[in-house]
Amino acid sequence: MTDQSHFVEIRHAQKSYGTLEVLKDISLNVERGQIVAIIGPSGSGKSTLLRAINDLDSLTGGEVWLDGVQVNKDLPHRQYEKHINAMRQDIGMVFQHFNLFPHLTARENVVMAPKMLKGLSKEAADKLAEEQLEKVGMLDRIDYYPSRLSGGQKQRVAIARALAMKPKLMLFDEATSALDPELVDEVNMVMKKLAEEHMTMIIVTHEMDFAASVCDRVLFMDQGVVVEEGPPEIVFRKPTKDRTREFLRKHLAGVA
Amino acid sequence: MGLDFTVVPAHIDIILLGCLWTIAIAVAAAVLSFFGGIVFAVIALYGPWIIRLPFRLLEWVFMGTPLLLQLFLIYFGLVQIGIDLPAFVAGIIGLGLHFAVYNSELIQTAILSVDKGQMEAARTVGLSRGQALRKVVIPQAVRDVIPPIGNNMIALLKDSALVSVIGVSELTLSAQRAIGATYRPFEFYLVAAAFYYVINLGMEWVQRRIERRISISR
Ligand SMILES: Nc1ncnc2c1ncn2[C@@H]1O[C@H](COP(=O)(O)OP(=O)(O)OP(=O)(O)O)[C@@H](O)[C@H]1O
Ligand SMILES: [Mg+2]
Repeated sequence: MTDQSHFVEIRHAQKSYGTLEVLKDISLNVERGQIVAIIGPSGSGKSTLLRAINDLDSLTGGEVWLDGVQVNKDLPHRQYEKHINAMRQDIGMVFQHFNLFPHLTARENVVMAPKMLKGLSKEAADKLAEEQLEKVGMLDRIDYYPSRLSGGQKQRVAIARALAMKPKLMLFDEATSALDPELVDEVNMVMKKLAEEHMTMIIVTHEMDFAASVCDRVLFMDQGVVVEEGPPEIVFRKPTKDRTREFLRKHLAGVA
Repeated sequence: MGLDFTVVPAHIDIILLGCLWTIAIAVAAAVLSFFGGIVFAVIALYGPWIIRLPFRLLEWVFMGTPLLLQLFLIYFGLVQIGIDLPAFVAGIIGLGLHFAVYNSELIQTAILSVDKGQMEAARTVGLSRGQALRKVVIPQAVRDVIPPIGNNMIALLKDSALVSVIGVSELTLSAQRAIGATYRPFEFYLVAAAFYYVINLGMEWVQRRIERRISISR
C-alpha cells in the first residue's frame, strides 16, 4: 500500500505560527542509512523541521512519512495519540539540553521506556542498559544520577536512551552546542560510530567540520526554505547560492 | 494546689491509647492528603472541564470554610443522605481532603515549573502524556515540594485534635477524659502537649529521611 519510495519523506511541509510562516513548502527525502545535516542561521526553522518529523511540533500543512507509514496521519484524537506514540518509538531524538530524567540513574533513563512500552523483564532490561551504555562509553557510570555527570556524559546517556528503543531514525538537534568545547568530541565520536553502523540520521548542527566529515548530504536552510542542498563537498566548497556563501563565510570565519 | 504529676501514671494508659489514635489518624490522613493532592493537581491542570469545575467547587469549600465545619458536614451531614461513617473514618476523610487541597496547590505549581523538555523527552521515546506525567513529571514535581508538604503535614497533625469534637478518642479527647476523672487540667494538657511534640519530632524525622534520600539523586 506504500505510495512512497523513500525511507523518510517530507512532502511540502508548511508551518505557521499565526502569521509567521516558519516552514515554507519544504520537501526532503532521506534514504535508509543516509545521514543528512541541516545547517542555517538562527531562526531559519531547522528545529521546527526536525521536530515536525516526530510531530513534537505539528505541521500546518504537508506530510511526513517514515518507512512507508505516514507519521502525521489525519486520525481522530484518541487514535492519533496511539499512532503517534507508536511512531515515536521508531524515531529517536537527541536534544541540545539533553533532557535526561534527573530523578533516574543512567540505567533507569535508558530502560524506562523499553520496560514500560515493550514489557522487558528485569534481566532483559539490565542487559539492554549495559549494551546501550557500553556503546556510548558510559558503562562505568551506569548507576550515576545525571547530576553527577558532565555535559558530554549526559548527552551520551541521552543518546543511549534514544537508541534503547531501537529506532529506525535518529534526530539530533544541536546535540553538542550546549557543551564545553573540550566535551564536544566525545559526543561526536558516538555519532560517528552510529554513522558507521548505518543508522539513518538527520542532524541539525552548527559544526561545519563535523557535518562535512560524516554527512552524505547537507541542507542549507534560511527563512523557512531550503536554499541549497547537496553533498558536503559541493555545499561547503562550491556553493551556488549567494546566501549559502555568505552564511558559510560568516560561519567559517567565526570558527577560524 | 501546685502541679502534681503523680496523678498521671494512673491514667497513662488512656493517654497512650489516645496517642495511638492520633498517630493512626494523622498518618492515614497524611497519606490520603498526599495522594489526593497529586490526583487533585492533575485534575486541576489536565482534567476535562466537566470534571474540573466540580473539583474547583470542592476546592473552594475545603479552602474557604473551617475544618471544624467540614468535619461536622462529613460526620453528621452525610448520615442524612444515608452515608453513616464511623467517626474516625469521617475524621481521616475530612482531614485528608482538607490538606489534599493545600497539597494540590503546591503540587500544581511544581508540575508547571518542571522543565518542559522533560515532557518532550518522555514523549519522544513513545510515552503517552499520562505515562509521561506519572513517570517523569510528577515524580520530579513532588520531589520539589516535599519540604512545604512536610509543613502541611505538621499542621495536619495539630489539626487532628479537631476530630475530638466528633467523638474520636484521640490524644486531646483522652486528655480531657483523664481530666474529667482527676480534675487536673494543667497536668494532663501538658502531658498531651508533650506527646504532640514527640509525635511532631517523629514526623520531622521521617521528613528529613525522605529529603535525604531524594537529595542523593540531585
Ligand atoms: N512556539 C513558537 N511560537 C511562535 N514562534 C515560534 C515558536 N517556535 C519557534 N518559533 C519561531 O519559528 C522560527 C524558527 O524557529 P526554529 O527554532 O525552528 O529555528 P532554528 O533554525 O532552530 O534556530 P536556532 O539555530 O536558533 O535553533 C523562529 O523565528 C522562531 O521565533
Ligand atoms: Mg534550533
